[in-house]
Amino acid sequence: MLTMARRMVRPLLELLLAATLAVAVLAALLAGSGYPVGHSLGALWHGAFSSSSVIASGTLLRATPLLFTGLAVAIAFRAGVLNIGAEGQLLLGASAATAVALAVPPTFGAGGAVLALTAGIIAGAGWALIPAILRLRFGVLEVISTIMLNSVALNLTGLLVRGPLQETTRTFPQSALIQQALRLPRLIPGTRLHVGFALALLLALGLGWYLRSTASGFRLRMTGANPHAAASAGEIDVRRVTMMAFIASGALAGLGGAVEVTGVTYALYENLSPGYGYTALAVALLARLNPVSAIGSAVVFGALEAGASAMQRDAQVPAGMVGVVEACVILMLLASEWVGARLAQRTSLNRGAPPRRMEEDADHQSPNAATPALPPTP
Amino acid sequence: MVLPARADGIVTLGAPRLVLRDISRQYGTLQALDRASFTVAPGEVHALLGENGAGKSTLMKIAFGLERADAGTIMLDGAPITLRSPKDAMRAGIGMVQQHFALVDAMTVTENVALGSEGRLDLAETDTLIRRIADDAGLPLDPAAVVGELPLGARQRLEIVKALARKAQILILDEPTAVLSPTESRELLSWTRRFAERGGTVILIAHKLREILGVADGITVLRRGRTVLETRAHDTSEDEIAQAMLGSAGVADGRHTNRRVAMAYDAAPILELRDVAADDERGVERLHGATLSIRAGEIVGVAAIEGAGQFELLRLLAGRITPTRGTATLPERIGFVPEDRLRDAVVLDATLLENLALRSAGQRQGLMPWNSLRQAAIVLMRVRDVRAADPAAPMRGLSGGNQQKFVIGRELDGNPPALVVENPTRGLDIRATQDVRNALRAARDDGTAVVVYSSDLDEVLALADRIVVVAGGAVREVPHDRDVVGRAMLGA
Amino acid sequence: MTAAPLADFLDATVRTATPLLLAALGETVTERSGIINVGLEGTIIVGCLAGLATATALGPATALAAAACAGIGIAAIFAFIAIGLAADQIITGTSITMLGLGITSTLYRVLYGDTGAALSTPTLSPIGIPLLQDLPLVGQALFRQPLPTYLAFLLVPAVWWWLYRTHLGLALRATGENPSAALAAGVAPRRLQVLATLFGGACGGLAGGTLVLAQVGTFAEGMSAGRGFVAIAIVALGRWHPIGAAMAALLFGMASALQFLAQALGLDVPYQIFLALPYLLTLAAMAIASGGYRAPAALGLRPGVAR
Repeated sequence: MLTMARRMVRPLLELLLAATLAVAVLAALLAGSGYPVGHSLGALWHGAFSSSSVIASGTLLRATPLLFTGLAVAIAFRAGVLNIGAEGQLLLGASAATAVALAVPPTFGAGGAVLALTAGIIAGAGWALIPAILRLRFGVLEVISTIMLNSVALNLTGLLVRGPLQETTRTFPQSALIQQALRLPRLIPGTRLHVGFALALLLALGLGWYLRSTASGFRLRMTGANPHAAASAGEIDVRRVTMMAFIASGALAGLGGAVEVTGVTYALYENLSPGYGYTALAVALLARLNPVSAIGSAVVFGALEAGASAMQRDAQVPAGMVGVVEACVILMLLASEWVGARLAQRTSLNRGAPPRRMEEDADHQSPNAATPALPPTP
Repeated sequence: MVLPARADGIVTLGAPRLVLRDISRQYGTLQALDRASFTVAPGEVHALLGENGAGKSTLMKIAFGLERADAGTIMLDGAPITLRSPKDAMRAGIGMVQQHFALVDAMTVTENVALGSEGRLDLAETDTLIRRIADDAGLPLDPAAVVGELPLGARQRLEIVKALARKAQILILDEPTAVLSPTESRELLSWTRRFAERGGTVILIAHKLREILGVADGITVLRRGRTVLETRAHDTSEDEIAQAMLGSAGVADGRHTNRRVAMAYDAAPILELRDVAADDERGVERLHGATLSIRAGEIVGVAAIEGAGQFELLRLLAGRITPTRGTATLPERIGFVPEDRLRDAVVLDATLLENLALRSAGQRQGLMPWNSLRQAAIVLMRVRDVRAADPAAPMRGLSGGNQQKFVIGRELDGNPPALVVENPTRGLDIRATQDVRNALRAARDDGTAVVVYSSDLDEVLALADRIVVVAGGAVREVPHDRDVVGRAMLGA
Repeated sequence: MTAAPLADFLDATVRTATPLLLAALGETVTERSGIINVGLEGTIIVGCLAGLATATALGPATALAAAACAGIGIAAIFAFIAIGLAADQIITGTSITMLGLGITSTLYRVLYGDTGAALSTPTLSPIGIPLLQDLPLVGQALFRQPLPTYLAFLLVPAVWWWLYRTHLGLALRATGENPSAALAAGVAPRRLQVLATLFGGACGGLAGGTLVLAQVGTFAEGMSAGRGFVAIAIVALGRWHPIGAAMAALLFGMASALQFLAQALGLDVPYQIFLALPYLLTLAAMAIASGGYRAPAALGLRPGVAR
């Protein structure tokens, strides 16, 4: 019971700490660049939390794509797949969903929306299949290939909104509006929050359960933590698990894109994503790659982005400052991980647990060296 | 400088070359070295002995500047010296060949030798230097070869040539024979004698007494971070050294106890290979025409020199790879204890519970039965004497011996019909080694078909009821006789 | 068809390739030491703003140096977190990119007002090499370029010589393959990695400065426009070799320049195709080359055990 409580409380404390850090950094930046700190932070609060409808239409609405992409990153990283391509997978998902939504006749109704979301899932997964094959068949590092595919996806979207998917007047670089019947219904009437948010919540809880309780989720975690031992001691088909992780990650990001066009923008734009796929790294990291904790960290970053829009509108603070805050939060988290590792080492020694044997570890590079430290679970 | 040698081959000892005095080193709360001392003279081959974890490697890493001492002094030729990094040590004429070679696989022999030296980079000149040193010392080496493609023996020669190219006068070799065949070991040890006769100093870190006693002039024994014995080789005995290494509470090495006399000839064959061939990861055939039958209740020892095909043979028997030709008849479940534990057997960042659950994770369907697994983990920890707080403890916190006991316990859990183990005691101290060997014998007595490969021939002889030798990709059974096995390993 | 569009095409190729080459050369050195700095995009944009901010006061040549210094500054943050604290390089690099993009857009508004009024600086004029610049077709492209272009192409052999003909270069390459082996051979791997990262930062900053001072003449939010990621692709396509990087940078430059040529020739091909093509080419090239040249073995790895 105690460990259970600790498992719930610790992520919350970490979230609070991160949010406090973010506000502190922001205040310092505001003061440093001569903006009125109180007024600006007031605007931030107003834009993120001032009322329940602001929370829904601002913070939670912004948190939705961050949660989808954050889950995409978390699930990939847990499997040892360094998918930096959530941005591109999201764009592909949005493009495919738009194409389908514009093509289905209005008589389809809700079925059409499901079709559009499915198209987003398939397109995102398909886009992730490219780096998967490049890695498994040709040994190309997915870090590099996914970054490149992000650029390709951005250009592809630009091409679509100026070509086959351009609106009928052929003036603006965007698609036509998706018909009313295919738009995602509102989750809370009177706000802009749509059912996509509920979907993301369910997925986060479901993925948390999947990783913790199912054999398949266990295989995924072990493959990420040490693929050699997973293959040798666990007789796990590591390539299969890796491939599945790529596909699942791409599908989640693609679904996020599809939800964004059917729930928020109702059309495809070139600049649909202000970097959701990159902020997703921060979301996943702050959640320590735990899908359930990702809900909290997506809300924190969603609040920051919603508040930033308000700050820009009401206090003329450039929205770019939020990027600085987000970056500083991640960098401070990375630094705290280092401090935490030192502390943990010290306490484990004080408890009398035997320290690592220097002779054995001297040349040992941890197999998941490129992924962040994972919390021991369950 | 050539020192006068006495008639019995023992070099007269002058002023000490290298002195380590009162060296202490602490890692967290572990006192790795506690005022340890060490003295070596020019022209001497000196053995540094001790159980695993006694602090031998740490002490020598301090002498090579890889680790810093918390307290103590280092004297070279009578003057104190500070070693901040390997660079300082190399400048002072100290070289070290670590147990895990420190080589860049993607580079050539020449580049590896040139690495870290100063002045103008002239690879052609380095080539000439390597050839000269190699000829001089009798350590054949091709400067143009890419290190990743060299066999282990050649890599060790390269490490030595690297040190000699830096004009090392004091050479530290950490467990140099661990990766070598008996012949290669003999050659290396006789080379250390020649090096010493020319005035050089060799420090051998080792745990195999017999091999070392034949070559060393001086002996230092460490136990739990302290120097417990400093003596001349001809003034001591194997017993005295063993006593010093283990302390008064030391357990006798039960090397030749427990060997089963009655063979299980009538038992059913469990593992069967018929005219089998197998490839390595790169698709090169490493094993061919292997026919082998292993019965319930016997330990079959596998002896081979490095790279003879035993790696593939063991993985075939463990069902981890499939044969390219021939038929392998294997049971559903086979326990497998691979050599590289940290890489292939455990997940350091996972808990003991998860590491137990890893077994057969590939076939598991549906949900993880965490509750029953937790019970199984508690039982396993008790039965196998794995010392950890509880099943939720991370594997990383366990000592090597406890990790290995856990792995063997996991692989034997539920009494599988067969168990395949590879270098089961490498890197373990004497007590853990005993525990592991007893566990293997107990499994055999319970009717498990056990296959053991060890690069230490003595271990194979100690454990095996029957012995097969892999040489040049061919497998054959040989009598239980050290000399016969040794010859067979070399393909004779 | 006259020669003029073709000469312009070659000129545009070299011109657009210059900042890419500068950034890629720096990243090549960084990656050869085992460090992948995905923060290059942020480094470039910081160089852009630093170049612009100092150009009006100090003149364009000094501004180039200021851009390089700004690049070093932001790379130092990366080095502290990713090397000093051994944090994950990809995550650190991504946040460095976010930091660079955010801080430049903020500072620009703070310094020059909300309007973001088009602040412009005179660009570096091309330096013609007598006689050679009059060569037909290639004269303009190769011998009538602003200072940074010459600098970039002179850096190629310099970096090559340094990597393959000096002890320090050998030590750097060894560090990228096996840091602990380098350490045991008397090399200080961490220090080398930091230096390589700072060199990459200087080159990235210079690339940003070049973009402002030799090409655009002004600053716009996000004007690096993915060039940092392009440079990382160039490093891979160039197989982690400076000469390969030069050829790959020219290829990417050519792809961008193709759109001008297409326009000049009256072809109606969407420009995105030209922009995406080099990435696809890189992916294909990496897949094909998988058996041969490969990334440094220790690229992106965190030190296993803190020493």
